[in-house]
Amino acid sequence: MADAVRIRNLRKTFRLGFIPRSREILRGIDVSVDEGQIFGYLGPNGAGKTTTIKCLLDLIHPDAGTIEILGRPASSPRSRAALGFLPENPYFYDYLTAREFLAFTADLFGLGREAKTERIARLLKLVGLERAADLPLRKYSRGMLQRAGLAQALINDPRLVVLDEPLGGMDPLGRKEIRDIIVRFKDEGRTVFFTSHILQDIEMICDRVAIIVGGRIVKEGGLRDLVSEKVLFTEVTVAGLPPQAFAGLGESVSAQGDRVLLKVYDESRVDEVVGLVHDRKGRLLSLSPRTETLEDIFVDTVTRA
Amino acid sequence: MKIGAIAGITFKEAQRDRILYLLFGFAAVGIIASRVLAVLTVGDRIKIIKDVGLASIALFGVLMAILIGTGLVYKEIDKKTIYTLLAKPLHRAEFILGKYLGLALTLLVMTAAMTVIFLAIVYAHTLKIESGLLVAVAYVFVELLLITAVAILFSSFSTPILSSLFALAFYLIGHLSWGLEAIIKKMGPGAGRTAVRGLYAVLPDLENFNFRTEVVHNLPIPPAIYLSSLLYGVCYTAFILGLAVLIFQRRDFV
Repeated sequence: MADAVRIRNLRKTFRLGFIPRSREILRGIDVSVDEGQIFGYLGPNGAGKTTTIKCLLDLIHPDAGTIEILGRPASSPRSRAALGFLPENPYFYDYLTAREFLAFTADLFGLGREAKTERIARLLKLVGLERAADLPLRKYSRGMLQRAGLAQALINDPRLVVLDEPLGGMDPLGRKEIRDIIVRFKDEGRTVFFTSHILQDIEMICDRVAIIVGGRIVKEGGLRDLVSEKVLFTEVTVAGLPPQAFAGLGESVSAQGDRVLLKVYDESRVDEVVGLVHDRKGRLLSLSPRTETLEDIFVDTVTRA
Repeated sequence: MKIGAIAGITFKEAQRDRILYLLFGFAAVGIIASRVLAVLTVGDRIKIIKDVGLASIALFGVLMAILIGTGLVYKEIDKKTIYTLLAKPLHRAEFILGKYLGLALTLLVMTAAMTVIFLAIVYAHTLKIESGLLVAVAYVFVELLLITAVAILFSSFSTPILSSLFALAFYLIGHLSWGLEAIIKKMGPGAGRTAVRGLYAVLPDLENFNFRTEVVHNLPIPPAIYLSSLLYGVCYTAFILGLAVLIFQRRDFV
């Protein structure tokens, strides 16, 4: 499968401060994203995620390295003809309505009048802004702005969608809707390159992830390859027994009222805990095995790096 | 098409700027006040009306170009709207040209509105429309086009306050640089004269666009002067816009 995004040895140094000091933000990034994939780009604050995206969009000129978007060099404006971009905390012309703003972005792609009208109506429906379409953007909440931003990113029916923190500032319902839209992109054959701090969302929808720390990719791979099915521990919630009753079986994490939350690391001892609760007339409230999550991998990788 | 879209949004944005209407109000008051000044003057009253009217159009037009132009590109960067725009298949030169044309269109509308008031006042006195006045205003507009390019040039790498100071300095130097010509004539041949001549060649000479005195006093102007002034304006504006594009293309939007 062809690469939708191909970044090789990307380097960028900024000179910051009143007395300029060099700070290397990107130290040789190599990333490839296959067409049709949802690619999650993770990293702590200041790791270089947004700088990578800005290099991808030619908003920042790299010091070294090459970037190709759908086979074209990123330095050419034509490489962005089939690309849609939603920036982090999107800012738009707040005196325009969503409909006017979408018409303006459509003009930047040279869409004809009929195609423009049809696409604007379709996108407003897709992001749930039909009723607010004729309100000025300054009256929009953050979540609504994010939706308007997503709509403008899709105005050219892009093959590659780059989303910088698309789920930030959304309420749980809005997050789910945006997540569903991203998954739909994949079904439609689009490639999605996105950054997010919300690892659960990335885990839910990404095919492949890369973790960037200090300007270097420290881990990259398919999500299924990175996250194992191994059970890390089992969480057991018990009522009617004191925490001391489980000494040696598991770690008592918290006790509220007569409830005790235990972490049992040894899988073979879970049966012993259940047996003990049964014998001493306690009540077993919940029992859930906890497998490795992307968050565990992220925390572990960032801490080591 | 893309340049037109950027120009359209810039025109829309400039229309919302209150400072535009404030300056237009001052210009209108200045033009209308010329009639009061004329009443207090001994001699040819209509000359005072024409002189003050044309000066008001020129001065407030330049202030509009500088005060709005210096904020145009900076605001896009400061409010981060530029991220969304440049992520489209838009060349940075198209962005700068669109911004320039949008403001030029705004200034055209404003200059036309000021001219209508001015011509109405003159008509009330003379009962005729003089084509010479339109020529003088047209060259004021050519000067505004150059000042707009300068404002956008500074706006592409500096803050609005600094850009305004730089653009104002450009305007003042441009109207005083003709003095160097007099100095060159008085200097003997040598390195000093060559240096001053070089300086005069580099500095703008905005007096090239000033036909106000000739028009007000009905002095003859050879057509070649009109043409050379227009050419000078077009070339200088193209040079400044080229410089703005060059600087803007090299910028990182951090």
